[in-house]
Amino acid sequence: MNVDSIRNGYVIDHITAGSGMKLYELLGLDALDVSIAIIKNVTSRKMGRKDIIKIDADIPIDLDIIGFVDPGATVNIIKDDKLAEKKTIEMPETLHGVIRCKNPRCITSTEQELPQVFRLTDRENKVYRCVYCETKAQF
Amino acid sequence: MRSIIDILDLSPAEIGELIATARDIIDDPAKYAEKCRGKKLATLFFEPSTRTRMSFEAAMYELGGNVISMASAASSSAAKGESVADTARVISCYADIIAMRHPKEGAALVAANNATVPVINAGDGGHCHPTQTLADLLTIHREKGRFDDLTIGFCGDLKFGRTVHSLINAMSRYPGIRFVLISPEELKVPSYVKKDVLQKNSIPYVQTTDLEGAMPDLDILYMTRVQKERFFNEEDYLRLKDSYILTPEKLKNAKPDMNILHPLPRVNEISVKVDDDPRACYFKQVLNGKYMRMALILKLLKEAGTI
Repeated sequence: MNVDSIRNGYVIDHITAGSGMKLYELLGLDALDVSIAIIKNVTSRKMGRKDIIKIDADIPIDLDIIGFVDPGATVNIIKDDKLAEKKTIEMPETLHGVIRCKNPRCITSTEQELPQVFRLTDRENKVYRCVYCETKAQF
Repeated sequence: MRSIIDILDLSPAEIGELIATARDIIDDPAKYAEKCRGKKLATLFFEPSTRTRMSFEAAMYELGGNVISMASAASSSAAKGESVADTARVISCYADIIAMRHPKEGAALVAANNATVPVINAGDGGHCHPTQTLADLLTIHREKGRFDDLTIGFCGDLKFGRTVHSLINAMSRYPGIRFVLISPEELKVPSYVKKDVLQKNSIPYVQTTDLEGAMPDLDILYMTRVQKERFFNEEDYLRLKDSYILTPEKLKNAKPDMNILHPLPRVNEISVKVDDDPRACYFKQVLNGKYMRMALILKLLKEAGTI
């Protein structure tokens, strides 16, 4: 398999194996007209197996989404073929407009224009809850 | 603008202040009779409620204020499709404070985020009902004179009962609290309440199905209704329903100063024969609810600079 190196863009590395596609969807990468490689189940010394996403475009990326899906991931920013910056990812305290609350009794189920906001309530177990009804986030 | 959506929006110190105000209102109601003169409470009840709504209205009248209301949810703008956010903005133009009940969880927060006056959550679906918890707290305080060092038993539907979860949350903030959680297997306290509240705060608790066995240890017994619709099959309901009906016989081994609370309405889970027992506090709770709503209205209007 041959994946070209990136001139300007991102390499999202150390993604937990199996989370790459979810991250791809939540970052909205499927809607972009740019070269993107999703590499699944790569052998990793540190993790055993991991996923990698390479984005060959200097587009804005919402790091909160990465922090929500996989806070262990790293983001390498590539400029002119070189590693310009390596970002470590933190779990965001709040998550805006990324996922929807699945509780049918939540006010957001009937008033669909309300902003979808989730708050981190348990960092250790990565639990986010809807700010309206406190239902645990599912994705 | 300060609103109250969840009981945990109030710190223990603030709950202490509200209790002190409520007790002062009880001792000297005349002192408070004109505090809200010229101010208006809007009661927005998007689902049927008799007692909570009347309690809020009575509270505002006893503070010398006025109440505006809608006839029913069916005749409101919500029936025409108006959003909660828009309703809150509009009603803010008419009233100084809003008490709102809505069937959807989180509706009160949406109202609070959009209103320009304080919003009190009078129940948002199965989520929160903080003024019921304030009524429970004043009752415990008036009967026991303290919030610490108490063994509190909850009996009945501990899975879906929002008043139970809310009171567990509120009481977990005081030292020396122990909980006895008495329910059928099907209606046990949800694991997130045990994990996020009890285990996180190292609160001692036991779970049991045996009401009579637990009785001698309790300082407070908080009864709730076991509802038929919560069971998957009628057989289980019929098997269990009588175990959780409080009768004078079941109170035989209870402490002489134990207090019996119930958020009401009661159906059959407390026998009417218990009503004359001096330990029965559920009708006192209703009155205490009005006093705490008065104290809360005063607090929020003061903080908003309205009075």
